[in-house]
Amino acid sequence: MSHTPFLRLMPMLIPAGITFIAFFLLPMVKLAVVGATGDAGLAAYASILTTPRHWESLIATLILSISVTAVALMISTLAGLFLVRNLFPGREVLVAMLTFPLAFPGVVIGFLVILLGGRQGLVGEISQALTGDKVVFAYSMTGLFIGYLYFSIPRVILTIMAAAEKLDPALEEAARSLGASTWRVLVDVILPALKPGLIASGAICFATSMGAFGTAFTLATQIDVLPMTIYTEFTLNANIAGAATLSIVLGLVTWLALFVARSLSGATVAASG
Amino acid sequence: MSESTAVHIRQCAKTFADGTRALAPVDLEIAGGETVVLLGPSGCGKTTLLRIIAGLETADAGGQVLFNAQDVTALPVEKRNVGMVFQSYALFPNMSVRENIAYGLRVRKHTRSQRAQRVAEMLSMMHINELADRAVSQLSGGQRQRVALARAIAVRPRVLLLDEPLTALDALLRERLRIEIDSLLRSLGITAIYVTHDQAEAMALADRIVVMSQGRIAQQGTPRDVYQNPQNPFVADFIGTVNRLRGTLTEHGVHAQGTLLPLGKGLTVSATKEVDLLFRPEDMRIVPAEEAQFIGTVSSAFYLGDRTRLLLAGIGDAPVMVEVSAREPIARGTEVGVSIDPQGLMMMPGTPS
Ligand SMILES: Nc1ncnc2c1ncn2[C@@H]1O[C@H](COP(=O)(O)OP(=O)(O)O)[C@@H](O)[C@H]1O
Ligand SMILES: [Mg+2]
Repeated sequence: MSHTPFLRLMPMLIPAGITFIAFFLLPMVKLAVVGATGDAGLAAYASILTTPRHWESLIATLILSISVTAVALMISTLAGLFLVRNLFPGREVLVAMLTFPLAFPGVVIGFLVILLGGRQGLVGEISQALTGDKVVFAYSMTGLFIGYLYFSIPRVILTIMAAAEKLDPALEEAARSLGASTWRVLVDVILPALKPGLIASGAICFATSMGAFGTAFTLATQIDVLPMTIYTEFTLNANIAGAATLSIVLGLVTWLALFVARSLSGATVAASG
Repeated sequence: MSESTAVHIRQCAKTFADGTRALAPVDLEIAGGETVVLLGPSGCGKTTLLRIIAGLETADAGGQVLFNAQDVTALPVEKRNVGMVFQSYALFPNMSVRENIAYGLRVRKHTRSQRAQRVAEMLSMMHINELADRAVSQLSGGQRQRVALARAIAVRPRVLLLDEPLTALDALLRERLRIEIDSLLRSLGITAIYVTHDQAEAMALADRIVVMSQGRIAQQGTPRDVYQNPQNPFVADFIGTVNRLRGTLTEHGVHAQGTLLPLGKGLTVSATKEVDLLFRPEDMRIVPAEEAQFIGTVSSAFYLGDRTRLLLAGIGDAPVMVEVSAREPIARGTEVGVSIDPQGLMMMPGTPS
């Protein structure tokens, strides 16, 4: 074995190495070290279990992200299939509009949810006019859920539509000719074909929801999602070690989801947002 | 084996949502166990008619499809019990060969052992035993189409519908699989409707050929009938090769290019009229000049191995194609005399020039 190619590559690896160390490794190590060097030492990592506010925040964020992902996948699959299979006037415009939420930062999405379900929101006014009760949901789990769904669906639906367009219609027709009902065709033919797209976009959807800050920041008054808790810990409570450990945990959970998705689908999955 | 299924198609037309008239009202009777080939150029409505029979497309109001006495017009494809084979194979990529073949049986809730037995039967019938546990992606085109056939037949469909099943395969494989399909259809005795644009395939497989043109049936009959007695210029042109000469029909015979050709026996003519004379390359012979009906100059000669195809200029407006045995070479520029076998002479109403 010759080492020459490697030696020749060395100079080229140096800039890449420096970038990696400076912008990726150092902050990560620092984060991990900071987490362990507070008053509590390494025990800070256990704080996520011993501090109710922390683990409640973790659980709430997980539940929110998982349910947003599940519902986004369901709605997007149905809507995506419908949009691919049906030609109707205004379809192009609708598809273009579906990508619109991607252009909004989290703050704006939070604002939209408040306009919809806040104290002066549309739903509140209508419900008051109809029943005399003002329905307000923007500042609860429901508000977060709707906000997260709003920015998740476009990501998923575009992936689903791309996959559904590639589906050979003859596959479905073959299944039907063999006696398969609509439900069986969905389960046996369509979903398997969409599976890689569902896994990839589901993972991105989950990762984005876990890390979303802007929407939660605008809305959250009653529940803290993990990124909010991290923010509160180091700005208001000056609990740098706590914030660092929570950050590491958030990073690990998200990375794990993406890793599992990548090994399931074989495709490259990258988090965004 | 259960009784075979006759298919009756009554006044089935199809206008697509965008206004395309794919099919004029078509009537077609297919006997139980018969192999009917729908033949015609691309876009003539073959697939549309097949899909109406399958239940994948609904005919315009007024059209009716019957399987024996049962009106299936309103039944969707999953209730019609038809087997389908597609040009693109349409095998389920997430299932093995075995699972593909068993799929229809699984949907019909056959027991595990019934399924295993039937799949084994199908595998050996299509000579693909060794492929049973392969993934679809590991199969060649020919193997895929064998699996697709096995999958379609496994559920014992009432009618087998095949849409250009061999078109995606290379010539040699196409021929081999065509022979296999032929013997399969004969041994099963199943009613089969086979769509193709390849006339050689149609001739080889069909009990009856239905030639289609622009959404209509141009002619139907046995392969021999359609080839030897085309009823209109479209069919004559589409099936095999024909030469065409303009002529005048009189009580003495047909005058064409200064030659009087005798009429076939039993033909009487009441009035003079313009006709097109049609004859096939293999119905012409090279003869000595003094016996010849026409003299032409060889403008091209194609040596095909088993025969030679000559193009003769100077007889009609277009070159006349003649097929001769390949023994002695004929050079370009040679003058040759030809005569037409009276048996092979076909006449159509003249096309105005
Ligand atoms: N879904 C459709 N919408 C509109 N026009 C169609 C559709 N399917 C087929 N056609 C048209 O109908 C005609 C017949 O098509 P088809 O039956 O597929 O022909 P073939 O199978 O003989 O090639 C063609 O002109 C084709 O373009
Ligand atoms: Mg076709």
